[in-house]
Order: sequence, then C-alpha cells, then structure tokens
Amino acid sequence: MKKFFVPLAALTAAMFAYAPIAIANAPYESTMLLIQKIFYFHVPSWMAMYAGIAVCGAASVVYLFKSRPAADRLAVAAAELIVLFGAIGLVTGPLWGRKAWGVWWQWDARLTMALLLELVFIAYLLVRAYGGPGSDKLAAAVGIFGTAVSPFVYVSVNIWRTVHPLNTVVPTLRAGMFGPFWFCSAAFLLLFTLLIMMRTQLASEQAMLDELYLAEDDGMV
Amino acid sequence: MFLRTALLVLRKDFAIEIKSYEILSTTLFFAVGCVLVFAFALVKEGQAPPDSAAAILWIALLFSGTLALGRTFERERYGETIRALLLAPAPRPALYVGKLLGILCLLGLTEVLLVPLIALLFSAPLLERLALLLPLLVCGTIGFAAVGTLFAAMLMRARTRDVMLPILLYPITIPVIIAGVRGTSALLATPPDQPTTIMWLTILLCFDVVFVTLSLWTFEPLMTE
Repeated sequence: MKKFFVPLAALTAAMFAYAPIAIANAPYESTMLLIQKIFYFHVPSWMAMYAGIAVCGAASVVYLFKSRPAADRLAVAAAELIVLFGAIGLVTGPLWGRKAWGVWWQWDARLTMALLLELVFIAYLLVRAYGGPGSDKLAAAVGIFGTAVSPFVYVSVNIWRTVHPLNTVVPTLRAGMFGPFWFCSAAFLLLFTLLIMMRTQLASEQAMLDELYLAEDDGMV
Repeated sequence: MFLRTALLVLRKDFAIEIKSYEILSTTLFFAVGCVLVFAFALVKEGQAPPDSAAAILWIALLFSGTLALGRTFERERYGETIRALLLAPAPRPALYVGKLLGILCLLGLTEVLLVPLIALLFSAPLLERLALLLPLLVCGTIGFAAVGTLFAAMLMRARTRDVMLPILLYPITIPVIIAGVRGTSALLATPPDQPTTIMWLTILLCFDVVFVTLSLWTFEPLMTE
C-alpha cells in the first residue's frame, strides 16, 4: 500500500489541478448556464460519500462479527470521510439551489435524507468520541444501521415528488459533459482512496504506539 | 424455546412494572405534556394548523418512546439484572424479542391514550379512520422500538447513555417518523388520500423488516463483552 501512495497522491493532485480547466471547457447547460457547473463537484462528492458508506458498513459488519481491529480502523476512517464529503455536498447543494430554485434549502425527500445520513455519521463519530469503553462495538452498530438506511435515501427521490433532479439525469447529459463529469468523479474517488489510506495508516500507527506503551508499563520492553 | 424465553422476559417486565406502574405512568404523563407543549407552540387564534394532529401524534410518540426506552433499561442496569439475563442459557435474540415486546406494549398503551386525546383536542378524524391508522401506528411503533431496544440495550454499558440514546436513535429512526407523519396526514386529509397512506405504509413495512432483521442479527455480538 505504501509503495503506491506517492504516485497516487501525485496523480490526484494533477487531476484536481486540471479539473477546473476541464470544467471550464465543458459546454453550458441550456437553462442554468454557468450555475450548472457546480454539478461537476456536487455529484462526485456524493459519490465519494456513498463509497464511504459502503466501506463503513462492510467494515462494521466485519468488526462486529470477527472483532478484527483493522476493520474497526477502516470503519472510523470511512465514517470521517463520509462526514467530510457529505459536508462538501451539503455546501455545494444549497449554493446551487439558491441560484437554480431561488432558495437555499428545500424540505424535499432527497435533501432531507442526505442531511439525515450526514447526521447518522456525525452521531457515529460522537459515539466514538464520548461513548466511553466499548463504544467501538456501539459505533459498528450505528455504521450498519446507517448503511441500511442509505438505500432508502437513494430511492427516496423516486417515490416522493421532489424538485431535485432524478438519478437518471446522468445518462441524459449533453455529449461534452460526460468527459469532465467522469473525470471529476474519478478525481474525487481517488482522493477518497488516498485519504482513507492515510487515515487507516495513522490509526494503525496509533494502535501500535499504544501497544508499545502498554508493553512498557508491564515492564516487557 | 425461543418464543417461551421471549414471553418469560415479557412476563418478568410486567411483574415488575405492575408493582409500581412507574414507567407506564411517567411515560403517559410525559406524552400528554408533549402534546400540550406542541399545542401551545402551534395553535393560533384557537385553531391548530391543519396538518398538526399527525405531526404531534408522532412526535409525542417519539419523545415518550425515547424516555420509556431509557427508563426500562435503566431499571435492568440498576438492579444488575441484565447480567443475569445474559448469563441465562437462552438464545440472546429471544431476550431482545422479549424486551422489544415489553416496549411495544408500553408504546401501545401510550397510543391508546394519545390517539383519542389528539382526536379530541385537534378535532382530527383519527378515530373514524382507525382501519388504516392502526396498521400505520403498529408498523411505525415496531420500526422505532426495534432500533430503540437494540440501542438502549447496548448503551447500558456506556457512561453517556442518557444523551447518546436520542443522538443515535433520532437520525436513524426519523425516516420511520417521516413515513408515519406523511401517511397519517394523508389519511387525515378531506377526503382521505388512501393510495398515499398505503404507499407510506408499505415503506414502513420495509423499514420494519430491515430494522428487525438487522437487530436480531447484531444483538448477539453487540451484547457479548
């Protein structure tokens, strides 16, 4: 893992450096014109968030049933990234909505559920921070339930009438929009991978250090 | 064996509760208090906004349910009886089902009080449309209580359990409350919008299946120390 880190970091940095140029070169959307360009960062940040939810859910299940500390560290890293990318989505969304719908926030299904998912994983981090001993298992349960709720968020947009565009909007984009959109998505997912690698590395080094301290206290070193 | 254990846990909770009616009476009183607080907040010129009955019913249920969950498990912790329960040679999911049934009975009694009270105070046609309201309430309560029982049980060990229960429970169960409120307010519209109510009822059923399955599945590893 460590071997790939530097080239991966360089590639991500290069992609994020080129992303504004790619977005600037993309064609204008017919009704929203310039405002629509926030789409190239808004949607990829939600993609990264869902990637985080998938990782967090899977890692929580593994930790809860197999008690592997590595899975727990992966779940925490994923939860922190969910909150981060969710926050990016929740900031870019209202910015777009203010110009496109005229209001910062709409209480419709998609927005409400996105906010809820963000709250679930903030609660996850709160449990870890203040839950006391045994909170890692507790947090794993929150991760599993949060993951279980997330598909409802994804389909909620189709069952509740909403001002938010449907998920099926992506294949109907104009030809020139695909390139920048997939480019930005790849950049966000790369960034996600990179950050999760860094965070799990940090957590495992912390765990190692704690073990050494304990060993020293026991007089073994 | 499974069902018998669950019913035994339920009977134990009943036997304790019936001696003092402590949890039942405090929960009922708290639910009435919630209704009054929201009535004061929402009523203008003697009239409540049209959709408020559904909202107040579910919010009162959510709040008093959280209180009841905390109290029920506080009693187990205080008497150190949870350890005895977990040591018993019985399937762990059966213990969960027993506690869940107890919470459901308690919330059911709360609803028996809340529904006529809200129907009376907000002149909402809740009692006339009981045929669809009943399944909505049953499914919503099961969805909320399934997650609530699991989280309250595992929070027993945590130092900050009082504040952690609502923090964890609300974001996860709010989808259930949304479905309940939407379904009930569609039902209370004139004329009642039955297809919408049935759609929300289906969603509630999906939540119930997911939440109960997950809770039964995770209860055992969560309660193992």
